[in-house]
Amino acid sequence: MLLALVLIPILAALAILGGAQARMAALVAAGLNLALGIAAALQPAAPFWSISCSVLSRPDIHLALGLYDGMSVVMLLLAVIVTLAAVLSGKAPEGREKLYYASSLLISAGAIGAFVATDLFFFYAFHELALIPTFLMIGILGRGDRRAIAWKITLYLGFGSLILLAGLLWLAHVAGTFSIPEMLARGPVDAASQKGIAALLIVGFGILVSLFPFHSWAAPAYASAPAPTAMLHAGVLKKFGLYGLLRLAIPLLPSGMHAWLTPLCVLLLGNILWVGFVTLNQRRLDGVLGHSSVMHMGYIFLAIAALAASPMNDLALPAAVLLMFAHGISIALGFGLADRIERKTGSLDFADLGGLAKPAPGLAFLFGLATMASIGLPGLANFAGEVMVFVSSFRNYLPAEGMGPVQITCVLAIWGVVISAVYGLRAFRRTFHGPTRPSTETATDLSLCERAPSLLLAGVLLAVGIFPNLLLSLLQ
Amino acid sequence: MPAYYLEALTVTLGIVLLMLEAFGPAHSKRHIGLIAACGLGLIFIFNLFAIGPDQARPDSAWAGWPLWNLYGYDGIARFYKGFALACTALVILMALDYRPILARFTDHPGSEAATGEYYALPVFACAGMMWMASAKDLASAFVALELVTITFYILVAFLRRNLGSLEAGVKYLILGALSTGFLVYGIAWIYGSTGTMNLQALGLKLATATEASPALLLGVGLVLVSLAFKIGAVPMHVWIPDVYQGAPTPTTAFLSVGSKAAGFVLLLRFLDPLLQVGSPVAKHVMVMLAILAGATLLVGNLAAIAQTNFKRLLAYSSISHAGFLTLALASWQTSSATAMGSVTTVSFYLATYLLMTLAAFFILAQVRLQSGSEEIDAFNGLGKRSPMLAHALTVIMAAMAGVPLTAGFWGKWFVFSLAVNQGLWWCVALATIGAAAGFYYYFKLIRAMWWVEASADAPVVQLPGISRVVVITLTLAILILGVFPAPILWLIG
Repeated sequence: MLLALVLIPILAALAILGGAQARMAALVAAGLNLALGIAAALQPAAPFWSISCSVLSRPDIHLALGLYDGMSVVMLLLAVIVTLAAVLSGKAPEGREKLYYASSLLISAGAIGAFVATDLFFFYAFHELALIPTFLMIGILGRGDRRAIAWKITLYLGFGSLILLAGLLWLAHVAGTFSIPEMLARGPVDAASQKGIAALLIVGFGILVSLFPFHSWAAPAYASAPAPTAMLHAGVLKKFGLYGLLRLAIPLLPSGMHAWLTPLCVLLLGNILWVGFVTLNQRRLDGVLGHSSVMHMGYIFLAIAALAASPMNDLALPAAVLLMFAHGISIALGFGLADRIERKTGSLDFADLGGLAKPAPGLAFLFGLATMASIGLPGLANFAGEVMVFVSSFRNYLPAEGMGPVQITCVLAIWGVVISAVYGLRAFRRTFHGPTRPSTETATDLSLCERAPSLLLAGVLLAVGIFPNLLLSLLQ
Repeated sequence: MPAYYLEALTVTLGIVLLMLEAFGPAHSKRHIGLIAACGLGLIFIFNLFAIGPDQARPDSAWAGWPLWNLYGYDGIARFYKGFALACTALVILMALDYRPILARFTDHPGSEAATGEYYALPVFACAGMMWMASAKDLASAFVALELVTITFYILVAFLRRNLGSLEAGVKYLILGALSTGFLVYGIAWIYGSTGTMNLQALGLKLATATEASPALLLGVGLVLVSLAFKIGAVPMHVWIPDVYQGAPTPTTAFLSVGSKAAGFVLLLRFLDPLLQVGSPVAKHVMVMLAILAGATLLVGNLAAIAQTNFKRLLAYSSISHAGFLTLALASWQTSSATAMGSVTTVSFYLATYLLMTLAAFFILAQVRLQSGSEEIDAFNGLGKRSPMLAHALTVIMAAMAGVPLTAGFWGKWFVFSLAVNQGLWWCVALATIGAAAGFYYYFKLIRAMWWVEASADAPVVQLPGISRVVVITLTLAILILGVFPAPILWLIG
């Protein structure tokens, strides 16, 4: 059945390229996938979800999909929810509907495939499948200096993928199998190669997740990308790197990850503090959103660092997964609404914005919700995630032994919350409060139809924020 | 059917084609090409049912002929004979759609009168490649290799009223002659130090030898250098960009696929006894190969970055693919229960390489014909002008760069696996840099087609019938084999 989740968007994309009504086909596919995804979350253990058919016998590679554990289920849910919202909120430029919707569906198919693949080859391959339409969308339909930006992201992510490939092959070689469940069952790999593999995986996955200092592709790419692409990439696809580290590096390379603990802590502080300060100085709303998305990756890396310090840490994994989910939903909400603002006012430059709350209170409310979520206000999903990450850093902490690198990092990282509150509230004030400008005076509020995708995402944020156990129970 | 019939039939086909050219109608030569392609297709089918002496009936006399000391027929031979036949047939089909250019630059410009040999000559080269796939003896391998090379001297310089083609011909001739010299000299050293030119006997001698004689190593080094000319590896790669650019496009495609594959099968045959378990020279030969592979990867990929001409880009890409293939040889392994060996990997890589490269050349030939330019700029805005062509070329370029779920990825994946298994880390690093550079220069085409606007006078490029069918078939094969590569492995056996 999981194969259906991958095939539905691909087939719909083919149908669109073949002439089907683009938006309709995309909506049907995304809706079907959401239904299937929820069904999978309700019955993750049912055997009919998984599939495995041999593609190659030497080396033994299978087209194997399955819900290995709750983390896969949560990521799958994230992917199908954001896909539906992205398709709903997108509006293709005249004459480019085919490309627009087909690419969005292909990105979604690749992301879903990567999260449910239980074979190392397809785990990697599906992610790459999703990258190509991302590059094309930015290159063809992007805003601003789209060519240079698309070029940059292509090179950055292409190179990151290759480093990752070398790491994964090395891992498969020492583990002696390509099957992820089998690898995990065999436990940590040979200690001698762990440090090298861990380095390749941290850098490879790190480039894909925009780990400092490999982050400079992300913000311009999101600012330039069409809304569905930004929502799907920042919300879903980027989580692939974090998912990969949690799925493979933490259980299989404990001593290797431990060896890189201090550098990892320094880099993630780069994400939180350095990029945080950069975010403070953005003059455009999409710049704020893009940089904030890079910054928040730091918190998830903090949970990964806590796991690297001690794989026994039973709080860090659920914390990371919950925060990945929450961030994915909230950043998708942010990019979706920013796209609305641009369509209504014609600009995302703070100089042209202001007072938008008066003509468009609904928009202001929803965007406020997204901002609060990203700051980490209690009652919204991100809060639960961030608090859990901070608490997990001090799990098993013995005051007598003094603070380790993770604890020190955590103390510094908490300041990031202040930074994100400052830039989040400032962005909100500059956009929605103050005197109206010529561009915002005539703006209209969201219609019911335009609200649908945002309501879907905001509802999920609230539901998970109030009942985090909805997700956490899946992780047990 | 005994296997040697295949070469005999191929040469016969070539002679029949020459007769047709000499005595057939002067104004139209199209039928010669069609007959050549059909004939090669027929021999391709025969190849599937041919047998070697080990499968002969006990009463058949031919199984005992001394021919079988020079000529073998096994799984590798079958695969590479099929490879040569398929490649030649496709090249001739490409030449059919490329007729106008051939006619423009040969005698009697504008008439096809002097183009007939262009369909017959590749058939002779094909016979040589098929023999190379079966070579069991360095002397017979040398003769077969020369048959291929001499045919190529003519094919490269075929456009005798075009300066570029003539220049390419001279360059190819000089370096080809040099490499022939290396080969003969190397074979002489090997014969002098071991007393045999038969590869099987060489293997037996090496199995009992205790130390590597410097004379043998010198011979092996010389032969490797000369084969580097065939496969397009450093240090004998300098001819490639100029000759590829100057030669008629079907010849370039033939050089870059057929000739390279023939070079590799000879290399496989030659390395097998040298790298067997217990051979005292294995260690040294693997170091030589690793140096060749690393240098080729670096030169091919880094030089490709700066190219603005698509044909020249494909030339450097061909060097870079030679680097990946040599890397598979440098991390020599025999097939085991869990992993593919170097021989299978090279064969697999070449099969996917054939699909991608020939498809790219088919498109390039038509873009050259219809827009008059081979520059990457000529592809600007192709996504709007000729969407089908642009979609196909996007898939092909993604496959060349090694994007997963295309056939091109598997080849790179297997090569990386072999190198990682052997712990050739510095080569893996160079290959990673190379593959990353590959992303850059192959995506240049995708960028030109989709992101850049076309100039106002750029024509709509239409693929003629044969090219259209071939390009669609090859592109679909690239995608299907990208998910399900097993069929190629069945062919390899």
